[in-house]
Amino acid sequence: MTDNAGKNQRPPVTAADGAVQYEADVLVIGGGPAGAWAAISAAANGARVVLADKGFCGTSGATAPAGTALWYVPPDEDARDRAKASRFTLGGELAEPAWMDRVLEQTWTNAQQLAEWGYPFPIDESGEQRRTSLQGPEYMRLMRKRVREAKVRILDHSPALELLVDEQGAVAGAAGVDRQADETWVVRAGAVVIATGGCAFLSNALGCNVLTGDGQLMAAEVGAALSGMEFSNAYGLGPAFSSVTKSLFYKWATFYYQDGSAIPGAGSAQGRGVIARTLQSQPVLACLDRADEQIQAWMRTAQPNFFLPFDRLGIDPFKQHFPVTLRLEGTVRGTGGLHLVDQTCATSVEGLYAAGDAATRELICGGFTGGGSHNAAWAMSSGFWAGAGAAGYARSRGRAGLRGRLLRAGGAGLRDTGGSAPYDSDAVIRSVQQEVFPTQRNWTRQADLLDDSLARLDALWHRVRGAAPARSALAAVRAREAAAMLATSRWMYRSAQQRTETRGMHRRHEHAALDPAQRHRLLSGGLDEVWIDRLALSSATVRTEGVTT
Amino acid sequence: MIEIVDAARCTGCNICVRACPTNVFDIVPGSPPRIARQGDCQTCFMCELYCPEDALFVAPQVAPAPPGGFDDGPLLGNYRRAVGWGRERQSTASQDASYELLTRTH
Repeated sequence: MTDNAGKNQRPPVTAADGAVQYEADVLVIGGGPAGAWAAISAAANGARVVLADKGFCGTSGATAPAGTALWYVPPDEDARDRAKASRFTLGGELAEPAWMDRVLEQTWTNAQQLAEWGYPFPIDESGEQRRTSLQGPEYMRLMRKRVREAKVRILDHSPALELLVDEQGAVAGAAGVDRQADETWVVRAGAVVIATGGCAFLSNALGCNVLTGDGQLMAAEVGAALSGMEFSNAYGLGPAFSSVTKSLFYKWATFYYQDGSAIPGAGSAQGRGVIARTLQSQPVLACLDRADEQIQAWMRTAQPNFFLPFDRLGIDPFKQHFPVTLRLEGTVRGTGGLHLVDQTCATSVEGLYAAGDAATRELICGGFTGGGSHNAAWAMSSGFWAGAGAAGYARSRGRAGLRGRLLRAGGAGLRDTGGSAPYDSDAVIRSVQQEVFPTQRNWTRQADLLDDSLARLDALWHRVRGAAPARSALAAVRAREAAAMLATSRWMYRSAQQRTETRGMHRRHEHAALDPAQRHRLLSGGLDEVWIDRLALSSATVRTEGVTT
Repeated sequence: MIEIVDAARCTGCNICVRACPTNVFDIVPGSPPRIARQGDCQTCFMCELYCPEDALFVAPQVAPAPPGGFDDGPLLGNYRRAVGWGRERQSTASQDASYELLTRTH
């Protein structure tokens, strides 16, 4: 399970490297909700923290522009049991009750913290604050403010390009580029938290184009394992012309053929497969004609962004039919991500932690979508734990670790492997999209099409690895995004190949039923050679079988 | 996609250059910022919210608009008004009725 690239190809960091050099106890990569909570939590544990975001901490990621429901349940035993049961069967019984309990409890605490910090939760008729949703711009503006108040150094527009490791292979920082200053940077750190989000393959789903799997690539390069990458085929529903893949309101929609007749069985939830199939051959139109006036009024206040595309084009979504499409949201709404080995959200590599959508969410929703409420609860909980865990690890390692020789762990797009020219990043991205976007290949998977896609994706990876490094640090940003999407697609499809059943969102054409013998996790990793391993669920999970359903 | 930086409204504060998560704008000294990488715009509308002058317009389509103007006057700033950001406004997050809708979807 070690890095395929081999340690001997890792160049050392020199004193001349990086126009800007920082030293920190904890480096958080990614400034969405998980990264922000991680930074605040690490700082609260006494760590000096640097947070590097590819874009701008406060607007970056899926949450800020979209907003989200929150899995917020009062500490009442019945209510929490119902909450835990709600996605357990849908998720193929792969969630772990102990993790669900922890997340529900931490989310309860963190939402209280948000209220104390001044987040304006709505108040219902009985005078109670309702904390089951967060408006994205407001939430993330507040989180940025709190990160700054925690004395965290924020590096905006500063994508990390690769992790740094010490001579024992423990993660000890990262190197990247400030793309507005066109300067490279190096951060030496006692521990690193990956909070870079999932991978949505530049599908234009709302806020998701910064989510290209960068952190998973960097982690895999140092040997980290992923889990549940077969649960990676979530598609968001939205107007065909628009980025606004907010699906909640389509519960009140009817779906139509072009001739105006309703499509039998089509729906936002269970009926989304019908929409996917219909879209393969013809347009699908929607109209929110099942929302009465009260519902319509609530919708306006609940999601102002939902109405932007309609208002700007003069479409009345409650009366007029408009075309819809499905955009791949990959592991953003899927649940696969970096495998966690303990309650501090440590990965399988020393010094490396993961939080939010970059980490697996199977622990709380199995193979069913983590979209919305669960992912939001997971981001604030796992971020909180990963930040504390990383701070504790950095403290135990001491400052000495920061002064030793560090090696650059990056591969594709960064290292000279003898190729004569860099790869064409945009061409690589288009090639990956052609394999993962079509619902014919990815909504329901089948062995021959998985083999077919993997043959091309594997060949593409080897061409990428054989190419010359990107010509500049700025060009390397896109090159690394392309490599990360390519790596993600191979973990996805290789895992999908190995799960010869239908469970959670993973559907297999030739294995349409759940196979009780496959109630295990699929770990994956590796780059030049992708590996898959089975992992039995922890015994605590198995003991609760039959109780939580 | 981002289509308009209104030169009459823009004060050159360049907040949008920093706030855009996909680094679409470039600073132009003495002038409004330039839409330098329109193709990277993810149509997330965040720049509009962070513009204190309502000088930006993001068209709702994910593809660039064909050449020709927009009738943009009445739409500039309408998202910012809807979320209640700006001087002497109050965040509308306090009116978020999601809880009413969420209890009706389960």
